[in-house]
Amino acid sequence: MPHIDLPEGFPGISAGFTYRPETAKPMRALAHVLLHDPNSLTPGERELIAAFVSSGNECHFCQSSHAAAAACHLGDASVVEQVTANFHTAPVSPKLKALLAIAGKVRQDGKLVTKADVAAARKVGATDIEIHDTVLIAAAFSMFNRYVEGLGTWQPRDPEMYARMGQHLASEGYLAPSIKQPLADPVSAS
Amino acid sequence: MPHIALSPDLPGIRGAMAFRPETARPLNALVEVLLTGPNTLTRGERELIATYVSSRNCTHFCHSIHGAIAAAHLGGDEALVKQVKTDFTQAAVTPKLKALLTIAGKVQQDGKLVTETDVNAARVLGATDIEIHDTVLIAAAFCMYNRYVDGLDTVQPDDEALYRERGKRVARDGYVTVSEEYLASHAGH
Repeated sequence: MPHIDLPEGFPGISAGFTYRPETAKPMRALAHVLLHDPNSLTPGERELIAAFVSSGNECHFCQSSHAAAAACHLGDASVVEQVTANFHTAPVSPKLKALLAIAGKVRQDGKLVTKADVAAARKVGATDIEIHDTVLIAAAFSMFNRYVEGLGTWQPRDPEMYARMGQHLASEGYLAPSIKQPLADPVSAS
Repeated sequence: MPHIALSPDLPGIRGAMAFRPETARPLNALVEVLLTGPNTLTRGERELIATYVSSRNCTHFCHSIHGAIAAAHLGGDEALVKQVKTDFTQAAVTPKLKALLTIAGKVQQDGKLVTETDVNAARVLGATDIEIHDTVLIAAAFCMYNRYVDGLDTVQPDDEALYRERGKRVARDGYVTVSEEYLASHAGH
C-alpha cells in the first residue's frame, strides 16, 4: 500500500507523476535531457549508469525499468546484468567503467569523488560534459529512487511490464508517460 | 578546484548550472515548483525541509543558502534555522512540521525507511497527502542537488554574509528568475 492516496494501477514513479503533474513535468524533462537527448555518451551507456545507481539503491522499479531501457538500446540484456553485478568485469569500455566508478561514489555521497577518479576517467577519454552528466545522472537517480521508495509506490515484479516500459523509454524518451492507463488488478499482480 | 572547468565566479550549484544550461532549466523548474509554488506548506517551512536535508548530507553550500532563504521567509530568524539543523525536535516549529521533518530525514537516508507509522503520525497532526508527497520529494530532490554540488567539487564559500544577501534575493525573486542572469551571462561557455 502506498503511503498516500496515489492513483491505483500506476506502478512506481508513474503514480507520483500522475498524482502531481506540476512536479512531474520538470522531472520528466530532466530525465529526457540526461538519458535521451543527443550526447557523446550513447543512450545505452547513460541508461546503464541509471540502472547501476538504482540497483545500488535497491529500487526495484527504477532498476528494472532502466535495465530494460538499456537492454533495448544495447540489444543485449546480459551486459546490463553484468554491469549491475560487477561492472569491473562487464564487457563495457574502460571509459564507461571509470564513469560508473564515479557514479557509484555519487550515489553514496558526492564528496567521495576524488581528483584521482576524475583523472582516471579523463585518461580513458571522458570529457568534462560526460563527467558532469555522469555525476548528475547518479544524483538524479538518488532522487528518483528515494521518491519511488519514500511514497511506498506499487512496484510490480512482472518482467514483461518492465520490458514494455523499456521499449517505450528507449524509443520515445521521458517526456510522455509510458504508462498511460492504470494497469489491471495491481493487488494480485504485485 | 572543481573537478571540471566551471566558472570561478559562480559558487555552488550556479557554476554547474551555467556549465550545462540544458539540465539547469528542469533543475530550476523543479525547485521552483517545490519551494515557491502555491502550497499549504509555507515557503519558510519548505525551505526548512530543504535546509535540514542538505545539512544532514553535509553539503555546505546548499544548507547555507537554503538556510538563508528560510530565514528570509521567517522574518530573519536565523536562530530557528540553526536549531532545525542541529535538533529540530527542540525547535519552535509546529508539531506537523516536526513530523514531516522526521519523514524527510528518513528519505534522506533511504526512502524505504519511511513507515506507515511515520505517515500516520504526520496525518494525525494535520498533514495532507500533498504535503506528505511534497516533503518526500523535497527530501529526495535535495539528495540530488547536494550530490550534484558535492560530486563536482564546486566552490562552497564560508562567508555567511554572502549567503544572507543571496538568500534575501532568492526569497524575493524565486529560483528561475535569479537563474536567468547567470545562465544568460555564461551562455555559450
